[in-house]
Amino acid sequence: MENKTTRNLYTIPYVIWVAFFVIAPILLVLYYSFQDLEGNFSLTNYRNFFTPIYLEMTLSSFWYAFLITLITLLFAYPIAYLLTKLKHKQLWLLLIIVPSWINLLLKAYAFLGIFGTYGMANKFLETIGIGSKQLLFTDFSFVFVSVYIFIPFMILPIFNALDKLNPTYLDAANDLGASRWTTFRRVVFPLTIDGVKAGCQITFIPALSLFMLTRLIAGSQVITLGTAIEQQFLVTQNWGMGSTIAVFLIIFMFIIMFATGTKRRRARG
Amino acid sequence: MDKRISPLSRIFLIVMFALLYLPIFYLIFYSFNSGGNMYDFENFTFDWYKELFQDTRLLIIVLNTIVIALLSALISTVIGVLGAMMIYKIRSSRTKNALLSLNNILIVSPDVIIGASFLILFTIAGIQLGFYSVLLSHIAFSIPIVVLMVLPKLSEMSPSLLDAARDLGASRWEVITKVVIPYITPGIFAGFFMALTYSLDDFAVTFFVTGNGFTTLSVEIYSLARQGISLSINALSAIIFIVTMLIVVIYYFLTRRGKKSPDLEVLK
Amino acid sequence: MKQLIRLAVVIIAVSAILLVTISRLNASQGYSGGNTLTVYNWGDYIDPAVIDEFEKQTGITVVYETFDSNEAMMTKIQQGGTSYDVAVPSEYTIEKMKEEDLLLPIDHSKVPNLKNIDSRFMDLAFDPGNEYSVPYFWGTVGIVYNTKQIDGIEFNSWEDLWNPALKNEIVLIDGAREIVGMGLNSLHYSLNDTDPERLQEAYDKLVSLKPNVRALLGDENKLLMASGEVSIGITWSGDASEIMAENEDLDYVVPEEGSNLWFDNMVIPKTAKNIDAAHEFINFMLDPKIAAQNTEYVSYSTPNKEALQYMPEEMVNDERFYPPPELTDRLEVYENLGKENLAKYNELFLKFKME
Repeated sequence: MENKTTRNLYTIPYVIWVAFFVIAPILLVLYYSFQDLEGNFSLTNYRNFFTPIYLEMTLSSFWYAFLITLITLLFAYPIAYLLTKLKHKQLWLLLIIVPSWINLLLKAYAFLGIFGTYGMANKFLETIGIGSKQLLFTDFSFVFVSVYIFIPFMILPIFNALDKLNPTYLDAANDLGASRWTTFRRVVFPLTIDGVKAGCQITFIPALSLFMLTRLIAGSQVITLGTAIEQQFLVTQNWGMGSTIAVFLIIFMFIIMFATGTKRRRARG
Repeated sequence: MDKRISPLSRIFLIVMFALLYLPIFYLIFYSFNSGGNMYDFENFTFDWYKELFQDTRLLIIVLNTIVIALLSALISTVIGVLGAMMIYKIRSSRTKNALLSLNNILIVSPDVIIGASFLILFTIAGIQLGFYSVLLSHIAFSIPIVVLMVLPKLSEMSPSLLDAARDLGASRWEVITKVVIPYITPGIFAGFFMALTYSLDDFAVTFFVTGNGFTTLSVEIYSLARQGISLSINALSAIIFIVTMLIVVIYYFLTRRGKKSPDLEVLK
Repeated sequence: MKQLIRLAVVIIAVSAILLVTISRLNASQGYSGGNTLTVYNWGDYIDPAVIDEFEKQTGITVVYETFDSNEAMMTKIQQGGTSYDVAVPSEYTIEKMKEEDLLLPIDHSKVPNLKNIDSRFMDLAFDPGNEYSVPYFWGTVGIVYNTKQIDGIEFNSWEDLWNPALKNEIVLIDGAREIVGMGLNSLHYSLNDTDPERLQEAYDKLVSLKPNVRALLGDENKLLMASGEVSIGITWSGDASEIMAENEDLDYVVPEEGSNLWFDNMVIPKTAKNIDAAHEFINFMLDPKIAAQNTEYVSYSTPNKEALQYMPEEMVNDERFYPPPELTDRLEVYENLGKENLAKYNELFLKFKME
């Protein structure tokens, strides 16, 4: 009754999507990355990428993405954990997502006001006795706002993982005399590792290509791979170089995905 | 209200929620400023709201934005769930990883590249720029996020559950609709809301693939930046925000009514 | 499962209702009608009342679309897909668009009002004989500073920015041409210079400014300057006049070493469908009264000589925004340096930002 073809009919839309909206654009990007400014085939862009300036930029981009992911995780995990304990947890979860539906540029403008010299943040610092600081255009404000933006994306998968956690496991661990920390480390965390991974992936990878915030909040003093690509495409109109950086971004992502994928087997198998 | 968490944890949650909503309240607060800017509050006024309601062009833009967000989230959720099921079925971990990486490329690619390459794609395919090109692109960049949300739920599902269902004589279709889908529902919801978020937030991709008079809110807001954003945009955000909140809360309580153990319901 | 299906049905129903509403609204606005003109401009860069007036006089419906950067606009026009009839690029983009063959020549016989434009702003290097473009607004690049916060320092030249007392005070434009150009100008070189040694010299000079630089921003700097958060900014005169209207403590100066003279211009892209209406629109915008009204709304400087008599005197007599010919003679328009040189500018700028 069910032969193999009809059985796999359901994969068609997704496969079409991969072909047209993933593979075709990649080929396009690859094609452009081998073009120099005059549109001839050349490896100049790749040579340029391995000059100190681009390597330095790549490194700093990775560093910020790592920092942002780590801090986001440190906040998101306890929030997700506590949310699962609330009465109307699905509602609270929705309320975590709703703020991200307000336009990012507007929120960035709001942060400009909040972090400003006369803004709320500084008034708060004065009241608690630390005194006013320059917050805008610093690494701190950049990381803060990035974390703000990514936190819902991190909470969601972790919440889902925690939520299905069977309470009997925890009881069992308790009965066996495990401390709360041990229970967390040996039982809860390993069981939610997939959620954490999904969260880290959707934070780390886009954090590498953040672009608007680098100007608005960091005053262009932080430069990510995304900013560089943006500039190459829209300012210099050097699509070749922009594509080359994009190719590297995609390669980095493949590496990250494979790394997280194989680790799972070894550590938890 | 809830005794399961300690007071300290509660304070932590309250602070986090306050921080999350702070910029939004800031925007709403200044939407009542007669001074016309976002730093010097002069007098309370409703002028920006009045201006807003007289602006038909802006109303059309808002409605466009909502339709695109809803439809693209819905369609990308359907395709994403199917895709996640396909990836789940793949045995070889290498193929699985390769496919997952392909899946994630659109998440990592900067918007400008996605936008520019989609634009070239649509031009080659001869698709008129406008509603459909925007809808297609939003579906396209939302699919991977749905897959990422659904896949962990699928891999959590124990194989014995499926075996048991099959042993009880369930057909393939029944296994999927009665066992698999209910199990991964939270993931599907998460994917849907993420897709909605991506669509509402997107500027760069939409900018490139739109045309013929079709505009969404974020494109409009970004192009306003050169001249300074009017507070009627703040007023608009305030209205959108409040309406969304109402819809979310009403929807939640409507779907929860009359269920004994609401939170477990989703999981079963 | 039932829950999911219910949600899907609700979404489809809501979307259907919204789509019907949108098409009703569009019809009521006349957007779906026949005789339309698509104008592609910066956001809020025209007085909406002027568009209404044009529609009333001609019966043509205007579809107004917006962009946020010259380059993005050019990419859109290059790829086609939309029939833009009139666009408003800056002068350096016009050169590029000419090179790429993206513009249609303007038929001067259909634009009699062209005579109203000040001859200073006609026939410039980026478009000899105004074959393809008509100036819309113009301006300079200079220093905006807060006279209350910066006490005792007079700004007359770029050199004044290097004052050690200004540590962490200056906000620059996030643009390679503007900033490298500023570096070149401060050394009394042309801002179109491409000599590698002089560029390197300018770069070294800029790096020594870095301690005074707080940030490099775009349009958002207007908000910060107006609120008093930032006390010194490098900016375009159009933006300067706008924020000075909001904050009285601010003043604007064009440095004496020279600076950039810029133009935003109306052009007819290759994609145009309604070429007659495009000419009609351009001519309409050059009408002295209309130009005056539009200028008061946008608050940038108009190149329309005849329009000045219809504008408030204090606006026209403000030499900061309507500088006399002696000053404009010292200013330079950006030339198209070619992709290679532009890439070099950009690399220096990137290096400067990462310092």
